[in-house]
Amino acid sequence: MANLTPELARHRDNARDLAAHYGLDCYEVIFEVVDYDELNMIASYGGFPTRYPHWRFGMEYQKLSKSYAYGLSKIYELVINNDPCYAYLMRSNSVTDQKLVMAHVYGHCDFFKNNLWFSKTSRKMMDIMANHGTAVRRHMDRHGQGPVEDFIDQVNSIDNLIDIYSPFIKREASSIDQRDSSPQEEETVYKIPASEYMDRYINPREPEKAEPEKEEKKSRKSSEPMGDVLKFILENAPLRSWEQDILAMLRDEAYYFAPQGMTKIMNEGWAVFWHSRMMTHHLLDASEIISYADSHAGTLFTQPGQINPYKMGVELFKHIEYRWDRGQFGIEYQRCDDARLRREWNTEAGKGREKVFEVRKIYNDVSFVDEFITPEFAEDQNLYVYGRNPSTGQYEIVDRDYTKVKTALLDQLTNFGNPIIKVAEDNYKNRGELYLQHEWVDKDLEFEAALRTLQSLYHMWKRPVHIETREGGKARLLSFDGEEAVMKELPGKEDTAEVVGSAPPDED
Amino acid sequence: MPVRKIDQDTTRFRDIVRGRIKRNLRKYVTTGEMIGKQGKHYVSIPLPQIRLPRFRYGPNPEGGVGQGEGDEGDAVGEGQGAEAGEDAGKHSLEVDVSIEDLAEILGEELELPNIEPRGNKSIRTTSLKFTSISRHGPRSLLHFKRTFKEALKRQIVSGTYDFDDPVVVPIREDFRFRAVEKKEEPRANACIIYMMDVSGSMGREQKEIVRIEAFWIDTWLRHQYKNIDVNYIVHDAVAHQVDRHTFFHLRESGGTKISSAYEMCLRLMEEKYPASQWNIYPFHFSDGDNWSSRDTERCVDFLENSILPQVNQFCYGQVKSAYGSGQFKKDLDKIFKNDELVVTSDILDRDGILPSIKSFLGKGR
Repeated sequence: MANLTPELARHRDNARDLAAHYGLDCYEVIFEVVDYDELNMIASYGGFPTRYPHWRFGMEYQKLSKSYAYGLSKIYELVINNDPCYAYLMRSNSVTDQKLVMAHVYGHCDFFKNNLWFSKTSRKMMDIMANHGTAVRRHMDRHGQGPVEDFIDQVNSIDNLIDIYSPFIKREASSIDQRDSSPQEEETVYKIPASEYMDRYINPREPEKAEPEKEEKKSRKSSEPMGDVLKFILENAPLRSWEQDILAMLRDEAYYFAPQGMTKIMNEGWAVFWHSRMMTHHLLDASEIISYADSHAGTLFTQPGQINPYKMGVELFKHIEYRWDRGQFGIEYQRCDDARLRREWNTEAGKGREKVFEVRKIYNDVSFVDEFITPEFAEDQNLYVYGRNPSTGQYEIVDRDYTKVKTALLDQLTNFGNPIIKVAEDNYKNRGELYLQHEWVDKDLEFEAALRTLQSLYHMWKRPVHIETREGGKARLLSFDGEEAVMKELPGKEDTAEVVGSAPPDED
Repeated sequence: MPVRKIDQDTTRFRDIVRGRIKRNLRKYVTTGEMIGKQGKHYVSIPLPQIRLPRFRYGPNPEGGVGQGEGDEGDAVGEGQGAEAGEDAGKHSLEVDVSIEDLAEILGEELELPNIEPRGNKSIRTTSLKFTSISRHGPRSLLHFKRTFKEALKRQIVSGTYDFDDPVVVPIREDFRFRAVEKKEEPRANACIIYMMDVSGSMGREQKEIVRIEAFWIDTWLRHQYKNIDVNYIVHDAVAHQVDRHTFFHLRESGGTKISSAYEMCLRLMEEKYPASQWNIYPFHFSDGDNWSSRDTERCVDFLENSILPQVNQFCYGQVKSAYGSGQFKKDLDKIFKNDELVVTSDILDRDGILPSIKSFLGKGR
C-alpha cells in the first residue's frame, strides 16, 4: 500500500513515535507518495479517488492543474479522516517538507480521532465513498447519465442545508437513519422505451411501489421548523427510488464533511501546534532550519483583511497552553481587572498541556473562538475589525476592541459560514407548497443564486417553493412556481426580526 | 496508459461547457465578448452559470476581521484589502476554451464543412525529430537509460556483473545517443488577406462588426490549416498595408477607391504568396460605396483576370452604414453571378454576422 522510500519510512516512524510520546492518539496513517498531477486529481475528488463521477470534479481538476502550472498554488498535504488515515505526500517536496507534512498529518489524525464533532463521522469513508461511486454509476447505467447528473446537480445545490447538530440530538424517530447504506437491489424491471399507448403492451407493469404513506401526515406548520432540509426532502418529496438513494448518499457525504468546516481553525491550529513542536524540538537537524522556517512562515502568512486559520488556530492553542501553565484561569483571574496583574499572573499551575488536549476534544471553532479570545490575545495578535469607509471607498481598520473582533469572527463562523435555513411549512397556502425560512441576522443572501437554488428544489419537491429572507432587514419572499422565479416584498414582517445565531460577547 | 477516472469527469465538464457555449453562441458573437480575452491557444469565456447555485451569502461589503499592524482608520494592507473585497463580489467564473474547441463549436453550429485544400497545395516539409538512437553522437545527446541498459547487458553476458555489488560502468561501446529522424509531412499553408474600407462612411459600429467577423473567420481557418498568415490592408482612396491594431482602429475620411486595395492585395500575393504553395483567402469589407463606376470596372478586372485564378475563394462582406449606397455588392453579384469563387454577403447589423460567416465558409473551399 504505502510506497514510501526507506528514508521517508524512517522519518514516518520518527514522527509517529514522537506523536505517541506527546500523547497524540492517532489511527494508523498510511502515507502515499504521489506526483503533483495525482495529488491534484485526488484533491479534486475531495480526497477520495473512488468518488462518484461528476463534472464538477473535472472542473476542479482543471482549475488545480492550471493554477499549479502557473505556480499560483501548490497543495502541500492532503489527509483523509478515515481508519486507517490516508495522507498524501507530494513527490517533488524536499525531505524537510515531507517531515513537516508528516508531523502535521499526525496532528490532524489525532484531531479526527478525538475531537467530539468528528465522533459521528464514519471512519470507513474510503469504502463508503467507493460504494457510493459504484451505486451512482449503476444508476447512470440504468437511468442515463443525463438525468442522474442533473439530479446530482440539484442535490449539490442544497447540500449545505443540513443541521450540523443533528447527529448528536435525537430530534425525532427517523426512517432514514436506519437506512441500509449498502446498495439495494431495487426494481430490476427494464423498460423498453415506448409511446404511452404502447407501453402497457410491451412493458411489464410497474411494480407497486412502497410509497411512503401519505395518510394523515402532520403539516410542518404545527411542529418546529426543521434544519435538516435534505432529510426533509428525502422523506417527503415525491422522489423516485434511485433519486432517494442518491439523495441519501449525498446527504451522508455532506454530514461527513461538515465537521471539517466546523473546526477549520482548530484542526489546522492543532496540526501546526504539533508540527512546530515536533520539528523544532526533535525532528530537524541544523541544516534544515532555514528551509523549515521558510515553509512554516509560508503556512502562517496572513493576508491583510483576512484570517488565516492556521495562524489563528496555532496562536490560540499556544495562548491557552501559556495561560494554563501560568494559572491564568478560574474565578480569581477572571475577576481581576488590573491589566498589569493579569499580564504577570503566574501561579505555576503547569496545566497547559492538559488543557490543550481537553480543548481539542470538546470544542469547535465557534466555542473555541468565543471562549479563548481574550483582550490580551486580541491585542497581542493585532486583531482588528475592518470596514469600508464610505467617503474614500477604501477598507479601513475600524476597531480593535476585542468584543467587536470576537463578534465579527463568530458571525463568520456560525453554521460553518452558511446561512441557517429551515423548513417552516410543507403545505403553504394549503397547496402543498414548500416554505423555507432563512434566519437572517445581518447578511443578505445572494439573491440571483437563491432564485436558481429554488429551481433545483422545485425539481425535487415538484410543487412551488418559497424562501423567506430579508434584504437589508426588509422582509422578502423568493418563490419559484415552475415557470417564473420572483422576489417579492413581504409587508408586515418588518418588526419580527429576531436575532439568531450570533452569540453575545461575554463580558467577564 | 489506462483512462484515468478524472479524465472522464474533465471530458464531461468540457462537454457541458461546450454545450453552454453552443447554446449561447449567438449571444457571444453579437456582443463580441470573447475577443478581448484571447490568448495564443485559449479564449477565456465568462460562464457564471456553470457555478452551482446555492443559498449562500452575497458579497459582504461591510468588512470583516483581519490580523496585522495599523491604527484605527488606517487602510487595510495598503489597499490590498480593498481590492480583495471588491473582487470577491464579482463572482465571475471564466472557463478557458481552446481555439480548437471554439472552432469546432462554430463549425457544428453553422454546419461548416471541412475545407479541402485546393489542388496540390500541400507542399511537403521535412521536420527533424529526436526519435531515433545512434551509436555515435555528441555527449550532450547521450541517452543515459539506454547506455546503462547496454552496459548492464554486456556485464551480465560477460559475467562481470556482481549481484551483491551492482555497479554498472558503461564503456565506450555501450554509449547510445539520441539521434534525429527526418520526417516528411504534408503541410497546407493558408493566408488570409483582410481588406477594409476606412473611408468616412464606415463608422465605429461597422468596424466592430468587421472585427468580430474577422475573429471568427480566423478561428475557423486556423482550425483548418496549420499555418496561417494574416495580412491587413486598409483603403480609402489609396491602400496601405497595416498591422492588426491599426486595421481595427484607424479612422480616415475621404473617398473610396476599392481598386487600390485589390491592387495591393494582388501585389502581396505575387510577392509573398505564390498560388502554387498557398491557399489564399481575401476578405473585403466595405459599406458598398465606390468612387466611380470606372473604378468598379477596374476592380472587376483585377478580380477576374488576376485574383480569382489564384485564390480559394474571394469574399466580400457589405456592412450596412448610414451613408453607403450598397452599389458595389449589386455590381459584383451581377457580374459574378455564375462564378462560385466570389461570395458576397450583406451584414445589416450584429445579428447578421453569423449568417455572413456561414455564407463565406459554408462552401468548404
